[in-house]
Amino acid sequence: MAQALDPHAAIVTAAGGVDDGPLTTADGQPLGRALRRSQRRAKRRAFLLVLPLLAFVVITFVVPIAQMLQRSFYNDGFSANMPEISAWFAENPHGTEPDEAAWAALANDLVASAEARSIGVVGTRINYDVPGTRSQFTSTGRKVRDGIEPPYREALLEIDEDWADPQLWGAMREASTPFTTNFYLASLDRTRADDGSVVMVRESQQVYVMLFQRTLWLSLLITAMTFLLGFPIAHLLATLPMRKSNLLMILVLLPFWTSLLVRTTSWIVLLQQQGVVNDLLVWMGVIGGSERLQMIYNQTGSIIAMTHILLPFMILPLYSVMRTINPSYVRAARSLGATSWTTFRRIYFPQTLPGLGAGALLVFILAVGYYITPALVGGASGQLISNMIAMHMTDTLNWSMAAALAALLLAGVLILYWLYDRIVGIDNLKLG
Amino acid sequence: MALPNYASPLERVWHWTYLVLCTLIFIFLIAPILVIIPLSFNAEPYFTFTEKMRSFDPEGYSMRWYDSLLTFGMQAPDGPRDASWWSDAWNNAKWVNAAKNSLIIGFFSTILATGLGTLAALGLSRPEMPFRRGIMAILISPMIVPLIITATGMFFFYSNPCSLLTWIGLSGNCGRLAGTYLGVILAHATLGIPFVIITVTATLVGFDQSLNRAAASLGANPRTTFFRVTMPLILPGVISGALFAFVTSFDEVVAVLFIAGPDQQTIPRQMWNGIREQISPAILAVATLLVLFSIALLTTVELLRRRSERIRGVTPR
Repeated sequence: MAQALDPHAAIVTAAGGVDDGPLTTADGQPLGRALRRSQRRAKRRAFLLVLPLLAFVVITFVVPIAQMLQRSFYNDGFSANMPEISAWFAENPHGTEPDEAAWAALANDLVASAEARSIGVVGTRINYDVPGTRSQFTSTGRKVRDGIEPPYREALLEIDEDWADPQLWGAMREASTPFTTNFYLASLDRTRADDGSVVMVRESQQVYVMLFQRTLWLSLLITAMTFLLGFPIAHLLATLPMRKSNLLMILVLLPFWTSLLVRTTSWIVLLQQQGVVNDLLVWMGVIGGSERLQMIYNQTGSIIAMTHILLPFMILPLYSVMRTINPSYVRAARSLGATSWTTFRRIYFPQTLPGLGAGALLVFILAVGYYITPALVGGASGQLISNMIAMHMTDTLNWSMAAALAALLLAGVLILYWLYDRIVGIDNLKLG
Repeated sequence: MALPNYASPLERVWHWTYLVLCTLIFIFLIAPILVIIPLSFNAEPYFTFTEKMRSFDPEGYSMRWYDSLLTFGMQAPDGPRDASWWSDAWNNAKWVNAAKNSLIIGFFSTILATGLGTLAALGLSRPEMPFRRGIMAILISPMIVPLIITATGMFFFYSNPCSLLTWIGLSGNCGRLAGTYLGVILAHATLGIPFVIITVTATLVGFDQSLNRAAASLGANPRTTFFRVTMPLILPGVISGALFAFVTSFDEVVAVLFIAGPDQQTIPRQMWNGIREQISPAILAVATLLVLFSIALLTTVELLRRRSERIRGVTPR
């Protein structure tokens, strides 16, 4: 290896025969060390070219996501602002009835927190676990701002009876340490009972597991649809003469290059009840004027629009693999007596599998995280888990919950990404 | 794809079925994009073809939705169309402002993404590059991670960028990036980077490294080699990477929704609002313009691809 790289240096010194030591370069360095040094330098130079971008992506992308994920298990909204009662929880194990010391600690914390104007943050944190308690904290805070007289238990109960609620105390105990798994439990429709055990939430409140299942199921369905629609197209493009296939390729690339919102808008226009497709069906007499189909603002809308939007991501990898398949294999199979179906099943299809794997993984990864299209055309039944994350971010402002859901979704996507890299290789990702 | 001479009747039937199926799928692909173009000239505020449009009555068609793109948000849309009317439209019309913002943000984020991305692609394509696979995975990930997750992370980070310092143990509190042009540009550059990396790396795969060595042996220093030899050869790839980055920025909604302020209203964000609230056919006029825009971009990229193949002596497939 070393000699192959710089044969002249080695030969010169060897022929010079000054001493019998290791081979050296012309300036007297041992050859191995010189080689390692030059390789290190080449390595460093390559890395330095990548470094600016890597730093940029880490700071603007990796770190923000990591910070966001931290919120899914770390929330010091209660523990940082209510130190005394948090300390009491730490000293007394689960199931201890709150004694007068606990009530005093709670009252002191409430007063201090109200003075520091952090009572809203505290209430919000508890509100995640016990809905409706935010206003209890803030209104109590307003009333105790100027101090509170013992006995604290009676004083607090006089302000609001709900202070005795064991569920509230359970929630406060949970929140008394900044680290919590509650948000992950909640994203799996589970909660902690008063005794600390994990149970399912009431059936009427179970939404997340169903949403995860729906996201998976719709993504699988859309992947299958893009495969069914994309395979014939890719095959046609790959087998047509270049001139024709280049023309038809435009029909695939144009949607690929067209704005996502334009395509979503088009589907709204087409699928509305007073839209083009329904008009066409009525005009052709397939359906009556009064029985127009509801094809949008429901799951159907999500499926149709997402299949259309993701179809090029299936066609392009399939096409690039099919192009390389030698047609003489098919001819050979036919000449040996195979029917066209057998030829397809045993000879042609297996050779398209790399493209199919690439396309299916890509479409599935993209579908699982889709947000815009379901939000616009999905209605209530076509929403995916991304829409729930957005809802917690913008409407309920339960950011820790959004982070926990995002963490679960991200974990799934990263596993798929890892698979994609193993099977397809990221380097083989092609565009257009 | 011709049918072989030995095809059986059943195969012939299947062949024609197959062609019909393919035609239908092509219609599925392209019709939604084409159907909005005539509809954007609808004289009525409907989203379907009216009686008059179907009979090609000129009265059924009008430019009113295109006109409304100019006038929407103007202070005095009904005045005479003199210089002050046009300056009113330029300064106040919402779609015009959105277009300006989209172009500004797209331009700077493309420059950033293409500059950094091309450098990195050069490094990544060197055989000595350490941790190549892992670094590549990180650089491509903005394309793979669901946008809503990216946008959520950016929302917190850009609201208080100095939280990065707090995180590593220093204290810090500084201005916001959220709601500023810089913030949106950085976010869009991040999202455009994977496309630059993929396109430029693909161009570099076919690049003959011995050309660089030849230049060096003839006495060119690395800089000269890069600008005189490498750059001209990979330029088509760089430009199409830049176009991809630009389109990504131009079409991006989620990050803009989360981190942009009212001043950074872009076209997609304006469309999003339009679709969510009172959907008006003006959206179709915007959509039509965007379709024409994407046709122009597609043509450019295709021409670049052919040019790149010609330069590198790759015979067209």
